[in-house]
Amino acid sequence: MTGALPAAPSVRVWIAILLIGVATYGFRLSFIHLFGRIDEVPAAIKRPLRYVPPAVLAALVLPDLVTLGPSVAATLLDERLIAGAVAGVVAWRTENVFATIAVGMGVLWLFRFVAFA
Amino acid sequence: MSDSLLDGDLWAGVRDVSPLMLGIVPFALVAGIAAVDAGLGLAEAVGMSVIVFAGASQLAALDLLGADAPLAVVVGTAVVINVRMVMYSASIAPYFAEYGRRLRAGLAYVLTDQAYALSVAEFDENPDRSRWRYYLGAAASLWVVWQVGTVVGVVVGAGVPDAWGLTFAVPLVFLALLVPAMKDRPTTAAGVAAGAVAVVAAGLPLNLGLLVGAVSGIVVGLLAEVVGE
Repeated sequence: MTGALPAAPSVRVWIAILLIGVATYGFRLSFIHLFGRIDEVPAAIKRPLRYVPPAVLAALVLPDLVTLGPSVAATLLDERLIAGAVAGVVAWRTENVFATIAVGMGVLWLFRFVAFA
Repeated sequence: MSDSLLDGDLWAGVRDVSPLMLGIVPFALVAGIAAVDAGLGLAEAVGMSVIVFAGASQLAALDLLGADAPLAVVVGTAVVINVRMVMYSASIAPYFAEYGRRLRAGLAYVLTDQAYALSVAEFDENPDRSRWRYYLGAAASLWVVWQVGTVVGVVVGAGVPDAWGLTFAVPLVFLALLVPAMKDRPTTAAGVAAGAVAVVAAGLPLNLGLLVGAVSGIVVGLLAEVVGE
C-alpha cells in the first residue's frame, strides 16, 4: 500500500464495478421484487446468512491488524495490532464508529510521531 | 404540504438517520481515500459508489484491485460480503408489498444496513407512517452523504502523506461494525474463527484469504449454533 501506485487498469476496474453492482442490486431487489408472496425466508437461507456479517467483517479486519511474525513477540508488538486492540475496546464500550476511528488513528499516530521521535 | 414528497414522513426519515451520519461520513471518506490508494481516478471512485453503493464490499474490492488480485476474486469477495442484503430484502419486503413494481425497484436500490435497520424499527413502532416516504428520507440521505463523502475522500486522500496511514481507518471502520455484530455465542464463534483463518490464510495465492476466512467463519457459526442447542 506504499510506494508507487499500482494503477489498476481502468477496464478491469469498470468490469469489477459493474459485476459487483449488478449482483448487489440483485440481492437488494430479490425479496422486495417477490413482494408479499413469500412471508418468511426459508430457514436454509436465513441460518447461514446470520453469520455472514461477523464472519466477513472479522476476515476483513484481522489480517489488517495481525501479520504473523517470526516470533510471538514480533507478532504482538505491532503498532497496528495495539492500535486495533485499543480501538476494539472503544467499539465494544461505545458502539460508535467515529470514536473507534478517532481512538485507533490516535494510537497509531502516537506510535509513529511521538513514541519514536 | 401533506401531499407533496417533502411531507412529514419523509423528513422524519431524514431526521432519524442524521445521527448515523457520524459513522457514515468517515466511512465514505475512507472509501474515497482507499480508491485513490488502489489507483482509481475520481470517475471510477464515484462510479463505484453510485453503482455498488455498499461500503464494506467497496473497500474490500478496492483493496484487492490495488493488490492486483484476479477479477474473479475481487468480484467473488464483494459478492460474499453483500449477500447479507438478501436478508434485509426479505425482511423489509412485506412492508413494501402494496407498492408498484417501479417504486419497489427504486426503493431496493438504496437498501443499506442502516436504512433497513432504522426503517423496520420505525414501521413496527409507528404503523401510520407512509412507509416508502420514511424509508426514502433515510435511505436517500445516506446515498447523498455517501457520494459527497467519496468525492471529498478522493480529493483529500490524494494530498495526505503516506506516513499518516489514513488507510488504517478502513479496518477501524470494519472493527466498529464487527463488535456489535458478535452479539451472541454463535456469531462470536463465527467472527473469531473467520479472523483467525483469514490471518493464517493471508499468504494464500489469488488473495483468497478473505474468502476462505469468511466461509470458515460461517461454517463455524452454524456448528456453534448446533452444539449450543
